[in-house]
Amino acid sequence: MTMHSREYPGVGDTLWSGKLDNGLSIYVVPRPGFQKKTAFAAVNYGGAMRNFTLDGRLVETPAGVAHFLEHKMFDLPEGNALNIFSERGAEANAYTGGDMTAYYFECDELFDENLELLLRLVTTPHFTEESVAKEQGIIGQEILMTEDDPSFVLYNATMGALFDHHPVRESVAGTVESIAGITPQTLYDCHKAFYVPANMALCVVGDVDPEHVAEMAERLTVREYVNPAVPDYGEREGLEPIEKKAVSYMDVSDPMFIAAAKLNTAMPDGDEALRLTTVGELAARCLLGQSSEFYTSLYAEGLLRGDFFRDVSRLAGTLLFECGGSSAQPEQVFERLCETLNAAAKKGVDPAAFERARRAEYGVSLRALNSPGSICASLASCRFGGYGFYEGFDLLPAVTIDEINAFIREYLAPERLTLSLIMPK
Amino acid sequence: MEYRREEIMPGVFLSALYTDKFKSAAMCVTLLSQLDHEHAYLDALIPSVLRRGTVSHPDMSGIMTYLEELYGATAVPITLGVGEVKAMGFYSAFPEGRFLPGGRSELADVSKLLGELLLAPNTRGGLLLPDYVNSERSKLAERIRASKNDRITYAFQRLIELMCSYEDYSASILSDPDEAESIHYTRLTRRYRELLATSPVEVFYCGAEDFNTVREAVLPALSALPRGELDFDIGTDVRMNAIEDKPRRFFETMDVGQGKLVMGWRLGDCMEEPDFAAMRVFNAVYGGTASSKLFREMREARSLCYYASSGIDDVKGLLYVHSGIDKANYDVAVEGICAELDKIKRGEISDDELSAARRYCSQALRLVVDDPVELMMHYLKMNIIGAEISPEELAAACEGVTAGEIAEIAAGTDCDAIYFLSGEDEEASVE
Repeated sequence: MTMHSREYPGVGDTLWSGKLDNGLSIYVVPRPGFQKKTAFAAVNYGGAMRNFTLDGRLVETPAGVAHFLEHKMFDLPEGNALNIFSERGAEANAYTGGDMTAYYFECDELFDENLELLLRLVTTPHFTEESVAKEQGIIGQEILMTEDDPSFVLYNATMGALFDHHPVRESVAGTVESIAGITPQTLYDCHKAFYVPANMALCVVGDVDPEHVAEMAERLTVREYVNPAVPDYGEREGLEPIEKKAVSYMDVSDPMFIAAAKLNTAMPDGDEALRLTTVGELAARCLLGQSSEFYTSLYAEGLLRGDFFRDVSRLAGTLLFECGGSSAQPEQVFERLCETLNAAAKKGVDPAAFERARRAEYGVSLRALNSPGSICASLASCRFGGYGFYEGFDLLPAVTIDEINAFIREYLAPERLTLSLIMPK
Repeated sequence: MEYRREEIMPGVFLSALYTDKFKSAAMCVTLLSQLDHEHAYLDALIPSVLRRGTVSHPDMSGIMTYLEELYGATAVPITLGVGEVKAMGFYSAFPEGRFLPGGRSELADVSKLLGELLLAPNTRGGLLLPDYVNSERSKLAERIRASKNDRITYAFQRLIELMCSYEDYSASILSDPDEAESIHYTRLTRRYRELLATSPVEVFYCGAEDFNTVREAVLPALSALPRGELDFDIGTDVRMNAIEDKPRRFFETMDVGQGKLVMGWRLGDCMEEPDFAAMRVFNAVYGGTASSKLFREMREARSLCYYASSGIDDVKGLLYVHSGIDKANYDVAVEGICAELDKIKRGEISDDELSAARRYCSQALRLVVDDPVELMMHYLKMNIIGAEISPEELAAACEGVTAGEIAEIAAGTDCDAIYFLSGEDEEASVE
């Protein structure tokens, strides 16, 4: 297999990429002179892919399987992979999102050994009744921990208010009850369905030889191409939220809120997805960014705090908008948000604010290139979205203000928003 | 990577790391002062108030607009603690010029902005604007009230507050929103002026400009810095032993499903002549990694908790362990956590454990040079404590740490306090 390189002189990086016959996508960004070598094995499978078709039969799994599987993949016949990484001094970990599971390590020595271990762990299912039962205890504790976290509870409540039946409604980790139904067979089924090379990406950043990485991947993964299972998210959802408002109560100091919307529930693939996401991010920055009239005035009035955030991102076949933070008067913030969106839909965004947003977006994205972990995650996520990561840098100067205004009119209508609140008990 | 440090004005130290490996440069300008209860709330408030407006950019909108024009450069208020020394000021990350149209460096613009944020706030009659002070003090009070929202951090803060209640160290934990709300703008202005006149200043830069260019950018930016009698008498008081014979136990309740256990020790004898490498490796053996004793025993072998990890403050001389556990497992968890430490005291450290811990520590330190923020934190700490150790030197020292040295550190530890935050149905009490 030959790796191909492409230079991105604007940001000073070269991306080597290739695809094995078995379908595994490989990306390498060489960083000569760096100590740190980061490798990241990502699977196009996450908490939202609960139902799928495998070998012609429909498989329905309980909430939390993808995350449970992530934990159990570290179990190898020869021991726990996390411990082996750790014994070699490497920093390794994994995480599961709604539509991606990722395993990674960082090291400056024994890279080949660690890469071999990384590829071995994602390709070696090894589950027993005993180890699954034990993990139920550990993950049960993790779930209890997240259920104590108001930000986590708020996010899940928001997804529940937005979606009717799409599995992103459920927490990625599931519940203590849902994971009780997981058996070794559930895990074997899910592994077989999704952990196939054609559904995975291997991303490496550091002072490494791209061809050597590809050779190792070729040697350490299966030869044949296997089609991954097709996730079933259920019938396509409409764009209206299921509930306009959702309120939960916890022991918090002040109300916390998220205002969110489903921007798209049948995300296109490829360049169209990149463009839509980029335009959405820029639109949100123009309207709600740190220099925006909305943020600076509400901050000065005491309605918003430094924890205010905004996000436009793809998730399991959807495109979501959210913004939130804490506020003594979240309803008032929501009202002002709706006014801002309405005004922007009528008048359009300020051209100067648009230019600034574009500059800031570039600078922030450039800064993220200092983080190998962030590059790897972006490369994998973009691969699963069907577009190129570095192409985002080329796209920024090409986006027009008309696109931003059209996006605001079409997607950011106040009636699409839900307001989710955690109120003090 | 070339490191150089010089005093460029009275009491102003510039530490610059020349490297062209990053996409963005990093700079911070901080005023150093002694952490104490008298000024903790004032000092925490000052950088946020300064960021509300300057002479050239009178309001936050102006500052933020300017930062976006600088391609998303940041100017973040920071208050860092190194032991009982506080570093308060601003941190900026900004794109390297070679990645910007025209190749223009932003170093001079950012230096000027940081200087202005620190020295030329928007004032009236020489006083910080009451509007800004009142607004930011409310936000500080809100942040203090909100600290309980993050249960894990809150439990840790409570341990420090209770364990070190007689020491300045606990002043880093702000827990009284009323004290924040009561800050008056005239008092805050006085404290601000006092800090400017008396504080040593640490400037750190990491990026593709050489030392002289950085100095030429920083000097005019700080030219208005008043220099009075500088207070170099700042440092950390290390307490060697626990306050009482037996660990003090604190129980509190909140609306939580999982109990948050935090235990604190004095590192004790090893603080006489701190060996930073040995302390790091000790922590890695005990609970700092996924191959540590705590992780393996408490989580993997006994499934007692989702997390059980240790950390150290090697300047203040503290060891702490935090763990998320089922309330019913409190006694068993405390006992288990102590038992693992006892094993180290007895020298029960396998060759594998030792070599994994050494490797982990040395590797983590060698990787510091690939991260501008970690580099800044490393050198800021070293400069504050007066040690000249590069991450690479510390990494090499970790490789030579022996099991005997680790056992000796463990033997000197003294458990001082145990804090447990659990669900509501248990009565709060203090033994």
